[in-house]
Amino acid sequence: MLVRLRNPQRELEFRGPVSVQRLLNQLELNRESVLVIRGGTLVPGDTTLADDDVIEIRPVISGGSGLLAPGR
Amino acid sequence: MKCRVCREPAVIDIRRHNANFCVEHFLRYCRDQVVKAIDEFEMVQPGERLLVAVSGGKDSLAVWDLLNDLGYQADGLYIGLGIGSYSDVSGEHARAFATARELKLIEIDLRDEHGFDIPTAAAVTRRVPCSACGLSKRHLFDAAALEGGYDAVVTGHNLDDEAAVLYGNVLRWQTAHLSRQRPTLPAANGFPRKIKPLVRLTEREMAAYCIVRGIDYLVDECPMAAGNKHLGYKDALNDLEEKSPGSKHAFYFGFLRDAVDRFVDPDTDARSLTECQRCGAPAGGDLCSFCRLVERTADARPVPVEFLGRRKNRTDKSSGAERG
Repeated sequence: MLVRLRNPQRELEFRGPVSVQRLLNQLELNRESVLVIRGGTLVPGDTTLADDDVIEIRPVISGGSGLLAPGR
Repeated sequence: MKCRVCREPAVIDIRRHNANFCVEHFLRYCRDQVVKAIDEFEMVQPGERLLVAVSGGKDSLAVWDLLNDLGYQADGLYIGLGIGSYSDVSGEHARAFATARELKLIEIDLRDEHGFDIPTAAAVTRRVPCSACGLSKRHLFDAAALEGGYDAVVTGHNLDDEAAVLYGNVLRWQTAHLSRQRPTLPAANGFPRKIKPLVRLTEREMAAYCIVRGIDYLVDECPMAAGNKHLGYKDALNDLEEKSPGSKHAFYFGFLRDAVDRFVDPDTDARSLTECQRCGAPAGGDLCSFCRLVERTADARPVPVEFLGRRKNRTDKSSGAERG
């Protein structure tokens, strides 16, 4: 399967079938930090990904200026 | 994996609630959490007008979408920060969202209206870009809310944001900051009310909300924020969360329940603030922090964002230390 990642943008090939959780473990990615998308649809951790799937792993963490000092 | 409510196939698993949801019930879950936060922290009264701080990212577009979906009267304010193509694209996302939903989006361009941009401010002040960015945004959102007669400024801070800020403030015992870290800050001393309706939802849930709602948000991180301390705090907390789901919620809501009232905000003493002689905003001296920044950058040549990135890389390599 083709796995698209960001930061930096890259594409990796993996052999299926494999569960979402197992794929993330192989990539050493934290489930809390990413979403897994197949064909524009979210897939939860126990989903089995097929050998011919195209997968996007989207980071969800952002952090900028508004976080530095709360309130005023 | 099946939806906890209807047993149809789930699209997301939320381990801290030991729950899985289909699209319909995930959206209901998000709305319920926002309603609960608004009620619990007395954020909005019926009929009030809200001004949403819009960046074009997932959290600000999600909170704007949720508030409108729940029937609140909420306009958006977008600030062009001058961070190269990142700002160009973020503005396009904010405008596209507002146009598609026929919502009112107010725009302010930092360079056009105040003579500087964030890369230039960072170079002049020799501080991390996030410092000038946060200062500018807070000032301009406050001023726009007061000028436009809005009852509150809405920000898209989520549970991850709040837990990471709390983590950083506890590490350094920033007691004044700790006293202000509440989901609702009442209007006081010339500042408008500020509310954070997403505090019961995580960053992952907000990204998922945008995907299932078809909200096209800016996915890429701000190039100025890369490697900042708060991203490190979030990573640390997510490592804890993975081993012990619910840790972020327990950390932040435990603080609100048991600790925040123990800290005192020195700014609640109105005698410590004066009025900025230039813009009238609350100030610690003759000028507020924003007007001082405007003055300091007045004669500076614009600094391209790419230049700042090169300079930062060179500094990091030479010092071997993380800056900011």
